[in-house]
Amino acid sequence: MNPWPFVAAAYVVAIVGTSALLLWSWLSMRRAEAKADALKRP
Amino acid sequence: MHFLANPARFLKIARPATAWLLWPGLLLTIAGMAAGLILTPPDYLQGETVRILYIHVPAAWLGMGGWTGIAVAAVAQLVWRHPLAAVAGRAIAPAGAAFAAICLATGSIWGRPTWGTWWEWDGRLTSMLILFFLYLGYIALAAAEKERGGEGRVAALFGLVGAVNLPVIHYSVLWWRTLHQGQSISVAGGSSIDGDLLWPLPLTLCGFTLLFGAAVLMRMRAELAEAKVEARLRRSAAE
Repeated sequence: MNPWPFVAAAYVVAIVGTSALLLWSWLSMRRAEAKADALKRP
Repeated sequence: MHFLANPARFLKIARPATAWLLWPGLLLTIAGMAAGLILTPPDYLQGETVRILYIHVPAAWLGMGGWTGIAVAAVAQLVWRHPLAAVAGRAIAPAGAAFAAICLATGSIWGRPTWGTWWEWDGRLTSMLILFFLYLGYIALAAAEKERGGEGRVAALFGLVGAVNLPVIHYSVLWWRTLHQGQSISVAGGSSIDGDLLWPLPLTLCGFTLLFGAAVLMRMRAELAEAKVEARLRRSAAE
């Protein structure tokens, strides 16, 4: 059995999963902080 | 910990700390994964599939570490009524769930060429799957409690009770006959894995841990900003 497709699949899962978590956290933070800043301005 | 009880003071530290965790985390993770894929030799028994170790172990560590963080936040909330503890618990849960899911998926992919099966209902795999479901339960419970305007005490109690699963995961390979290998890396007793294979693991362990910390800080900042907006809207509606 060729092991490389399994190794590649595992790395893709880890990279996509971690990237999705970071991107979602960053976008939700940016959106929330922009909303809070907009309310602060007169 | 009490020093950070003031959200303004916490944010003053959290804003630069997010970048301090994110960029070194990305660098260490990429370096560790590249080293694990290119520079280390194949294992004499498992061959090339051993390279999955460099992502599977950090994911397992962070899946369990995340729930430890939830339990610590729960104690801080229930005992000291720390104002940021519930926010921290809610911020840790999605990151912990993501890494528990990555651990399960990469473990399953590793299992197919090594054990000949994608899944086995043995102690380690089942207790890890339970941890993932506990995360989902915690996320739903904490969100429902927040929506009702609660303090998050029920979610905190759930976080404490769920911590019982952590020693079960850790000792499952000793308590039951299992397909999963026994403990091969110990903080106190060194490692049974050869140094030529092991050296990229600390890089990915530190890298993924820093990325986990960055994700938690970003979620905490989002929660605090949302709370500020809500409070301001409520105040202006009352005026």
